[in-house]
Amino acid sequence: MRLLEVEGVTLQYKTPRHLVTAAYKVDFAVDQSERYVILGPSGCGKSTLLKAVGGFMRPVEGTIRIRGTEVSEPGPDRMMVFQEFEQLMPWKTVLGNVLFPMRATGKFPRAAARDRAEAAIETVRLTKFRDAYPHMLSGGMKMRVAIARAMVLEPDILLMDEPFAALDALTRRAMQQELLSLWRQLRFTVLFVTHSIEEAMLIGSRILVLTPHPGRVRAELDADGFDFDTMDRTEFGAMSKRIHRLLFEPVTDPVAPTAMAGTLRQ
Amino acid sequence: MSVVTPQTPDAGRRPEFEREPLDAAGIGEIERPLPLIERIVHDDTVQRVGMLLALVLVWELYARWLDNALLFPTFTETMGVFGGDIASGVLPDRILTSLKSLAIGYAAGVALAGVFTTMAVASAIGTRLLSTLTAMFNPLPAIALLPLALIWFGLGIPSLVFVIVHSVLWAVALNTLSGFRSVPETLRMSGRNLGLKGARYVGLILIPAAFPSILAGLKIGWAFAWRTLVAAELVFGVSSRSGGLGWYIFEARAELETARVFAGLFAVIVIGLVIEAVIFRAIEARTVTLWGMQR
Repeated sequence: MRLLEVEGVTLQYKTPRHLVTAAYKVDFAVDQSERYVILGPSGCGKSTLLKAVGGFMRPVEGTIRIRGTEVSEPGPDRMMVFQEFEQLMPWKTVLGNVLFPMRATGKFPRAAARDRAEAAIETVRLTKFRDAYPHMLSGGMKMRVAIARAMVLEPDILLMDEPFAALDALTRRAMQQELLSLWRQLRFTVLFVTHSIEEAMLIGSRILVLTPHPGRVRAELDADGFDFDTMDRTEFGAMSKRIHRLLFEPVTDPVAPTAMAGTLRQ
Repeated sequence: MSVVTPQTPDAGRRPEFEREPLDAAGIGEIERPLPLIERIVHDDTVQRVGMLLALVLVWELYARWLDNALLFPTFTETMGVFGGDIASGVLPDRILTSLKSLAIGYAAGVALAGVFTTMAVASAIGTRLLSTLTAMFNPLPAIALLPLALIWFGLGIPSLVFVIVHSVLWAVALNTLSGFRSVPETLRMSGRNLGLKGARYVGLILIPAAFPSILAGLKIGWAFAWRTLVAAELVFGVSSRSGGLGWYIFEARAELETARVFAGLFAVIVIGLVIEAVIFRAIEARTVTLWGMQR
């Protein structure tokens, strides 16, 4: 059984003036231990899709299933890591923030929770800052706390919504490497949303390419084997070009492959 | 005038270099404490006390220049009466009476505000109810309700508590609600992500996240309550045997003991300062300042 199955999902949300269709009949599936990246320009509904998987909104049609159970509300089996730094609780220390999910859900006994939290903080190399409050940390450190906090609960799947977008370029590169090395240790499943082709190829083992307005599936690509060591190879460049073409070149054949786009244009 | 060097093809390019970073040990500690005198001058408490001393000095000088004890007694004279009344036990007794009504009224007001805001968070009707009630009653001076309170509850503590509750409730409720509303969406979502709902969600996420606003509301509520209380006591200490601070001031005025009036006002101000500077500051230092939510 697939870990996460998204079938024919259409997502709509309301603004005060409009009913916006963010994603239209999107299908994809994520396997255990996959690094699945949703890539697309802004307006392709990728963050909305992630929110739907998180249970924060319900699809108007289609189904989202985790291990065969339909998603109906937010839950700690799908821990989210947001782009914004304010996801941490300013009134708790680093340790308190990492402990909080375990305390709130009661998933682990008290003593075990503390040990686990300490270990998780160690893993993201923040032991020195255990007792610091979030406002004392840099952006990259806050993000590491958020990741530690999400992983310590051992969710079925980690949902990351452009987690590194608010970081400076050098920190972002370091965080990408860190995420990959964490993955090599723990082999968690992650669903990762980004708008950077390069980040998608570095982080992802599979990439779902979406087109905007509304978000529809354009392609699903295998990106396993692209990492920091292969960035200078020609294959990396070729793949990057291919994704670029998928994202930006208009679909030339009006009949295939996306009949949907054809009907919309009329 | 610069000497023109012969142009080689590489002349515009400067040589590259790589080197080991300088040894920074020579500068000592990277982070070192400021000198003691600088820390004292910039210390908040020192600055506050200095400001108070300056004000006292202005008072004393003006009173001496005016030289009219009936209109404006000097600081030293006021302190003499203040000290005497403290020693004789009159003033502490008045203060305690006042603080007792204040504590009851304040606690009841804050509790009621909690009920109202919880309702407002839980439902749209609750929000509408609270915003309507606040719009109606917040501008209404609590003291204007005193005649009504006297009709309903008679002379004594219940009437005082009633007006204090009125002065605390709306300020605290309004601030708490606006605090809840301004909690960042990301923080809300990360709380809901853990499956938190209802009272646990409010208690573990909303209240701490909105704490700066809640605290501001508590401070405003406290100030409203204190001034309402003293004003109310001025009105009906007349027939209540054990009056509070307001009654102490009123009595002193009736006997034209201006220094005692000043001593009473001084007590009102000192209590206000102590509660603000000691209690609320301590709460702030342990919460919103520590959390970096407020400077």
